[in-house]
Amino acid sequence: MSKDKSKGFEAIATETNPRDFENDPVNKSLSSEQKINFLKEMLRIRRFEERSLRAYQQGKIGGFLHLYIGQESVAVGSLSVCGDNDHVITAYRDHGHALAAGMNMNECMAEMFGKYTGCSKGKGGSMHFFAPDKNYWGGHGIVAGQTPLGLGLAYGLKYKNIKGAALCYMGDGAVNQGVFHESLNLASLFNLPVVYIIENNGYSMGTSLERSSAYTDSLGKRAEAYKIEWDTVQGHLVYEVRAKVNEAIQRAHEESRPTILEIITYRYRGHSIADANADKYRTKAEVKEYQEKKDPINVWRNLLIEDKILTEEEAKAMDKEIRKEAEAAADFADKSPYPPTETIIDDVYWTHDNPDEHDNQGRIFFNDDWGPQA
Amino acid sequence: MREITYREALREALSEEIERDKNVVLIGEEVAQYNGAYKVTQGLWEKYGDKRVVDTPISEAGFIGMGIGASMLGVRPVMELMFWSFAYVAWDQILNNAAMVRYMSGGQINCPIVIRGPANGGTNVGATHSHTPENFIANTAGLKVVCPATPYDAKGLMKAAIRDNDPVYVMENTLLYGMKGDVPEEEYTIPIGKADVKREGTDLSIIAHGRATLTAVKTAEILQQEYDISAEVVDLRSIRPLNEKTIIESVKKTNRALLVEENKPFVGVGAQIAHLIQWNCFDYLDAPIARVSAIDAPAIYSKPLEDFQLPTPDRVLKAALKLCE
Repeated sequence: MSKDKSKGFEAIATETNPRDFENDPVNKSLSSEQKINFLKEMLRIRRFEERSLRAYQQGKIGGFLHLYIGQESVAVGSLSVCGDNDHVITAYRDHGHALAAGMNMNECMAEMFGKYTGCSKGKGGSMHFFAPDKNYWGGHGIVAGQTPLGLGLAYGLKYKNIKGAALCYMGDGAVNQGVFHESLNLASLFNLPVVYIIENNGYSMGTSLERSSAYTDSLGKRAEAYKIEWDTVQGHLVYEVRAKVNEAIQRAHEESRPTILEIITYRYRGHSIADANADKYRTKAEVKEYQEKKDPINVWRNLLIEDKILTEEEAKAMDKEIRKEAEAAADFADKSPYPPTETIIDDVYWTHDNPDEHDNQGRIFFNDDWGPQA
Repeated sequence: MREITYREALREALSEEIERDKNVVLIGEEVAQYNGAYKVTQGLWEKYGDKRVVDTPISEAGFIGMGIGASMLGVRPVMELMFWSFAYVAWDQILNNAAMVRYMSGGQINCPIVIRGPANGGTNVGATHSHTPENFIANTAGLKVVCPATPYDAKGLMKAAIRDNDPVYVMENTLLYGMKGDVPEEEYTIPIGKADVKREGTDLSIIAHGRATLTAVKTAEILQQEYDISAEVVDLRSIRPLNEKTIIESVKKTNRALLVEENKPFVGVGAQIAHLIQWNCFDYLDAPIARVSAIDAPAIYSKPLEDFQLPTPDRVLKAALKLCE
C-alpha cells in the first residue's frame, strides 16, 4: 500500500483558491439568493445521505448505498449551469445528482426504502433514481454502462435539432472500461454534444489510480487520443465547477463537440456501505485532512460569510431546516406502503401496461404458479 | 401475388418505415456507403442520406448503447448487427440497459429500439460467427424477440418491431436472405406474438421457428407422401411474446409434439415449449414430447459435419417416425 502516493492525498496537497473563476461571466451574474441556494442544495444532499446512512444502519435500506458525501459541489455546481435542453445521466453514486436535478427527498428516500412512493415505485433502489421529466436519466448500476447511453442522449438531441447537451457523469473507476473508450471515439467522430464528467475521487472502489491505470498523470488527458477537448477541475470549488462545465456545455451547444472534464473530488465514506472499510486503502488522517482543508460545503459557506451574503446564524438555521426535511423524508419513506405484489410485472413492457394501444398477441410472462395466464 | 426475396422484404420494411416516421434511423456497421454487409440496406443511404442511414465504426457496445440512449429520447433506431454473434461484446447494453431501464425507472422511460441481423449457423464460418441467441434474449423479461422464416413474415414483423414501444430484437438468417416468397404490394404488419400454422395436419405437431420451420415443412411433405402421416407445422415467428394458444390447440388436435430448432438443446426455446405443452396438454399426449436441435457442440467448421449439426430433414424425419410408431 502506498497511501502517500494516492490521488486522494494529491487532492489535498493541490493549492487552490475558492475565488478563482469568481469573475467568470457565468458566476459574475449570480444573485446572492442563487449563491445561498447552492449552499442549501449541497447541504440537502449531505443531510439526506447522512439520514439514509442511519436508515441503512437501522435495516430500513438494503443492498448497496454509495454515498456522495464530500462530492456535493460537483453535482450542484455542474447542474446549476444546465438549461432546459441539457440532459443528465450518471452512475450508481446518484443521490446527489438526483437532488440537484430537482428530485425531492421523499421520492428518493422512499425508493431506497423499497416503497411504492419511491421515484421508481420501489423497482430501482439507491443506484437507480430516474426523473426524465427533469431531464435526469438515472442512476445506472454497471460501471461505465451509462457512458454510451449519455452519448445516445446527445445523439437524440442532435437528431431532433435541439440545442442541448448531455452531461454524462462517471467515476474514475470507469475510465478503463472499453465501452467508455468506444463512446469517446463515437462522440468525437459523430460530433456529438456530450460532456463526460469524470468525478475523480481518488479510489475506484478500493483501488487507487496507481494500481488501476498505467497512465496516471491525468484521466482527462485520455481525451487527446480521440481529438476531444478536456480540462481538469477543482471539484470542491463551486465557481470553478460552474465556469468549466459551462464552457463545456457552450462547446456542445455552439460547436456540437464533446468535452471531457476530470473533476478532482473526494469521498468521505467507503465505496459503498457494504464495504465501508476505508482503512484498507487510506488513512483516517487523510480523510480528516481533506475535510478540514477542502470540504466543499465549508469552503462555500465560508466564502458566503466572508462576502456578508450570509451570517453564521443563518447558515445554522438553514442546516437545521434541512435536517428536518431529511428527517421528514425518512418518516415519509417509513410510513409509505410497499408496492402491491401484483405490480411486480408492471413497467416491464410498454405493451403489457397499455393493453388497448397495440396489437401484440401471445404470452409475455411465464410463471405457472403466479401472475397472468397462471 | 408478387415474389420477392427475404432480403428485399426486409429492405422494403425499413424503407417504408423510414418514410412513415421521421424518428426512424438505421445505424450499424457498413449499412450506408457499403450498402450493408448482406445488402439488406442496399440503396437506402443513397435514397435517404446521412441522417437516416448511418455507418458506424466496429464498436458494437458503443453504438448499440448509443442507440439505446437515443431511443430513451424518442428516436427509433434500427440497429444492424452484422451478425447476432457480435452482440456478445455489447451484452451489457443489450440485456442490461435496453431491457432494464423501463423497469428500474418505474415505467417512466421507454426504449423503442430494434436490433436486427442474422443469427444462424450453417454458413461454414465456424463457431464464433454461428450463434443463435434467441433463447438468451427470450430469457430476459423486458425484451421481445422474433425469428421470421419467410419473406412475408420478415417484412411484416420488421415493420411491427419498428413501431413497437419496447425493445424488439429481430433474428434474421443469412441462408434465407436470397429465398423468394409471396409478399403483397399493399402495406401490412404482423402482430408480434402471433404464431403461424405453415401447414395443417392431424397426426403430429411440428413446432419450430426461424429456418427450422422450413426444414419442418419439408419433412412434413415427406411424411405425407411416403408414410401417409399428416403433420402440422406451427411456426412460432415470435419467441417472446409467445403464442401459446396456437401451440396448445395444435397439440390437442394431433396429440403428438415434435420441437425443431437450430438452437442448442439445453435451455433452448424447445425446453420452454416442452414445458408448456406438458403443463397444458398432459392428458392429450399420446407420446412423449420429442426435440431435434443443433448437435450440442460449438458450431463446427467442416462442411459435411456442419450440415449434419443443424436439424436436417433426415434427423427430423427419424424423430417424427419414432413419435408416430
